[in-house]
Amino acid sequence: MHKIQGNNYTLKKDKMKMLHTDLQEIESAAELEKMIAENENVMVCCGRMGPMCIPVYDLMEELQEEHTNIKFAVMAFDSPEAGIIRNDEACRGFMGLPFTMYYKNGKVARATSSIQNMQQVSAILDEQFSTSTVENA
Amino acid sequence: MSAEEMFDVIIVGGGAAGLTAGIYSSRARLSTLILNEGAIGGQMVLTEEIANYPGVELTNGYLLASTMKKQAKEFGCRIKSNLKIKSYDLAGDIKHIILEDGREFSSRSVILAPGGRPRSLQIPGEEQYKGSGISYCATCDGEFFTGKEVIVVGGGNSALEEAVALTTHAEKVTIVHQFDQFQAFQHAVEQAEKNPKIDFILESELRSFSGNGVLKEVSLEHLPSGQTTVRKIDGVFIFAGYIPNTAELEGMVKLNERKEILVDEDMKTSLPGVFAAGDCIQKKYRQVTTAVSDGTIASLSAAEYLRS
Repeated sequence: MHKIQGNNYTLKKDKMKMLHTDLQEIESAAELEKMIAENENVMVCCGRMGPMCIPVYDLMEELQEEHTNIKFAVMAFDSPEAGIIRNDEACRGFMGLPFTMYYKNGKVARATSSIQNMQQVSAILDEQFSTSTVENA
Repeated sequence: MSAEEMFDVIIVGGGAAGLTAGIYSSRARLSTLILNEGAIGGQMVLTEEIANYPGVELTNGYLLASTMKKQAKEFGCRIKSNLKIKSYDLAGDIKHIILEDGREFSSRSVILAPGGRPRSLQIPGEEQYKGSGISYCATCDGEFFTGKEVIVVGGGNSALEEAVALTTHAEKVTIVHQFDQFQAFQHAVEQAEKNPKIDFILESELRSFSGNGVLKEVSLEHLPSGQTTVRKIDGVFIFAGYIPNTAELEGMVKLNERKEILVDEDMKTSLPGVFAAGDCIQKKYRQVTTAVSDGTIASLSAAEYLRS
């Protein structure tokens, strides 16, 4: 483990994984663009390993087991590549981590700032992706 | 509703106390279920650096919680998180817990470890401007307020320490506290008092937040005079302490005036077969290590109760 600027980075072959989650980590803007082009419904949480972000990752890990029609991913807020989210018009005025994006058919359908709970995220998934939360396994 | 599932022990809460109780109970071959309303790890995951957990070198709360969760699952403990409990029936020999989605679980014993949560102000505009000017984490969001003016609400160690930390980014930090003196340790108060970027407004409380998509103003009441003023502000950081997650347990187990569960030295509550552990109980010191200790005792006591 290398500690750089307060974040833990785990060396993974030639890549640096910045977030310790069981979710797919997007490492470049191109990778995000490809994901939202290839998947109808995408939820991406852009944050750090901090107290406002970890609970959102945790509930996304549960949701990804239940919602196979939605692609769930995370992106490191401090990566220069995350500018694609940080500078998105939908994030104007956001002043709380994480920035969570919901993409529908390649476009931003919704964006939220700061911590969200399961009820709030589930409501957005229902509203934007016409789905409902399934029971925990 | 699906058939009710029966366990030896149901643990409510997946923080340090709950996970420890899960590890001990499942390792004792008791069928064990953890029901957790939030993210696994509880308040532990809010700790960026843990340097004093015996036997473990420098770590963080998330990694420690992940290891505890893995240990519990490897011993056979079942864990369900991010759910909402609708009701408890803890009085009889068989305890029942019903979730809002209709699932129902039963057990011969229950360990209550629901932990606590940051106290919000519950005033108009708070939910609306969360993430758009209102924050509960200076480390997370301080940089968004670089060169700006912010208010810190609270008078404990967290409030004063975070106020000092925020001066790295903010141009001016005003600490608003409801009393005429602080509850924080003297060294934390001194650090704040000698910081030229920090001002203090005592005996005052915020009454509302307003803005136009992002926070612009707060209204502030001076408590002795009742006079309310409006103040332009870029951000508000709230560190108003923690409250135990025991609202749904009121009237079932005995609580003190702070709504903390009363337990004896074996972590027994006022109800037979019901134990409690962690930040939800009445105690003086709240550390990961003390939560782990509580969880261990509660689990061993529950096992003894089940044998008797």
